Amino acid sequence: MELKVLQLDQLNDLIQVLIMDDYQLIGPKVKDGVISYDSIKSSSELPIGIIDHQSPGKYALQNIQSSRFFGYTVSPYSWKKYLYPPVQSLFKVNRNGKGISFEVTNDEPRYAFLGVRGCELNAIKIQDKIFLKGNYIDPNYKRRRELSMIIAVECFNTCETCFCDSVGSGPEIPDGADIVLTEIFEDGDHYFLARSETEKGQDIFNHLKLNDADDKHVLIKDAQLERVRTQLKRRVQTTGLKSNLMANPDHPRWDEVAERCLACSNCTMVCPTCFCMTVEDVNDLDGTTDRQMRWDSCFTSEFTYIHGGNTRESVKSRYRQWLTHKFASWQDQFDSLGCVGCGRCITWCPPGIDITEELEALSIPSNQYKKGE
Amino acid sequence: MDNQVNTQGYYRPQLPMLPTVFRVVGKIKETHDTWTLELQNVDKTPLPSFHPGQFNMLYASGVGEIPISISGNFNSQDTLVHTIRDVGMVSHALCGLNTGDFVGVRGPFGTAWPMNKLERKNVIVVGGGIGLAPLRPAIYHLLNNRDDFERVAIAYGARGPEEILYPNQIMEWRSHLDLMVRVTVDAASASWQGQVGVVTTLIPRLNIDPANAAALVCGPEIMIRFAVRELLQFGLTPDDIWISMERNMKCGIGFCGHCQLGSKFICKDGPVFNFSEAEQFFKIKEL
Repeated sequence: MELKVLQLDQLNDLIQVLIMDDYQLIGPKVKDGVISYDSIKSSSELPIGIIDHQSPGKYALQNIQSSRFFGYTVSPYSWKKYLYPPVQSLFKVNRNGKGISFEVTNDEPRYAFLGVRGCELNAIKIQDKIFLKGNYIDPNYKRRRELSMIIAVECFNTCETCFCDSVGSGPEIPDGADIVLTEIFEDGDHYFLARSETEKGQDIFNHLKLNDADDKHVLIKDAQLERVRTQLKRRVQTTGLKSNLMANPDHPRWDEVAERCLACSNCTMVCPTCFCMTVEDVNDLDGTTDRQMRWDSCFTSEFTYIHGGNTRESVKSRYRQWLTHKFASWQDQFDSLGCVGCGRCITWCPPGIDITEELEALSIPSNQYKKGE
Repeated sequence: MDNQVNTQGYYRPQLPMLPTVFRVVGKIKETHDTWTLELQNVDKTPLPSFHPGQFNMLYASGVGEIPISISGNFNSQDTLVHTIRDVGMVSHALCGLNTGDFVGVRGPFGTAWPMNKLERKNVIVVGGGIGLAPLRPAIYHLLNNRDDFERVAIAYGARGPEEILYPNQIMEWRSHLDLMVRVTVDAASASWQGQVGVVTTLIPRLNIDPANAAALVCGPEIMIRFAVRELLQFGLTPDDIWISMERNMKCGIGFCGHCQLGSKFICKDGPVFNFSEAEQFFKIKEL
């Protein structure tokens, strides 16, 4: 679809059209000292003039007194929170004198996600492969995904922790968004460039009077994206990564990183692609049971419990499982990396373990590796 | 609800996390800590057909759900048979069920013993402890289609005489002239008349030509490791050996992530693996 210009005051029109169309709009806003993806009713709730500083183990917001809406990079939360909620009811167990029955209640919301970044859309597409493209399909995920509208917004900034480019998942927006926006500040002009990519997106555009963009706009947009790309400093060397990780389960670096890792599972909770879950019964005094699916993490001790103990006792083995899964075995399972370079796991790791640094250290042959390198 | 068949030809339910209500119609005490439950679908619909080696997720409502191999005869259209050892919270709840009680069942899931690949071969079935349970449907298949196979041997080991699973059935199998059945126990008192020693000691003494043999192995992981080593020494190749693995599972369909070993999900890529594929599992500690 062709590129359009969405004027500043039309951003709120877009939001209102989505709400009128019965979407529950989820977008960025400042909450509890972070950018949160939360329910939004108007453009005034967006994090105007707010940017984020992220580095290993550190996160801070700053008001730079700008009128920019999408100056931050990524929220600690990912859209996974909505498409694959942390707690989901699978079914309820009803008991009466005669027996038991299982009752499914599906009432999936219709979300419009505003502000999805390139890396985040790639993360959603990775989760699609897990839940929609295999032998089994998660019907709840499928329903939520079909109902949802994705309005991607190109990045204007990067954080120190970002490395999307080197893992092939940004900063450009991949296929799969319904609408793509680019926020432009040029010579005192502030506006958005907008493109609808699906019929669903076009239906929304039809409610807005948007002027066509011209070649100058395309140049400005491309230049902005290239500037963002050059800002990215962290990198992952993906060539030979899988075979190297698979071949080095006893690399001395695993012991070293295990000394720093708290096995707190923060990295897996903020990761937009991590999908591990557990299923638990929540029993009520009224005799009913709610069977719930909850996010789980390969860093917890009971994750591998079978009678007789846990098959991954050491933190080393758990960290190795996580990193090897993200960058090696994931490729066998789902034909892609399990990492989109959003940097969340680096920011939210309490001791600030940086996966890009770990991967680099692991690429040094074991016999040449010196501790602390 | 229309269910489908997946690419492997196995059952694929539309709501894969939703169990069906089954009723316990029979309960047999096998050993001091192991029971066999016979289950029937409450709404009487025929069971999805299963293949020997596959498992179901059994749900004790209010407690939890665990993977349990199907241990009955797969020709049975109306009754599911599961043998369960009381070792954890959920297995304890399942073993505590009585005739008339209800249980949730999802499945069948996972890969099966490759019965058609064994045809015209000598077949060695190696079981340890409760590992005989997932092998039993394969043994039924071997017996029901005896002419399709060459020599068939069962080598079974238990920790003690009182821990031998399905003892009456083993006695019955011993009466088949076309079936070699060898049983050993790790330790026994003087009253035990049979063989003492680990199950691996039975393998070299089997009167079977290893050149045209295949083996199905299930038991504790340590037993699998040594049984495979013995089978390789006996003359089988890794391609001739199939094993069944066990890991923590919360879903059975590759969603929960718990059962991963390297690139494999034990639930959907296994539990039955050809050893050439499974060899890697045994090479890395805490994989």
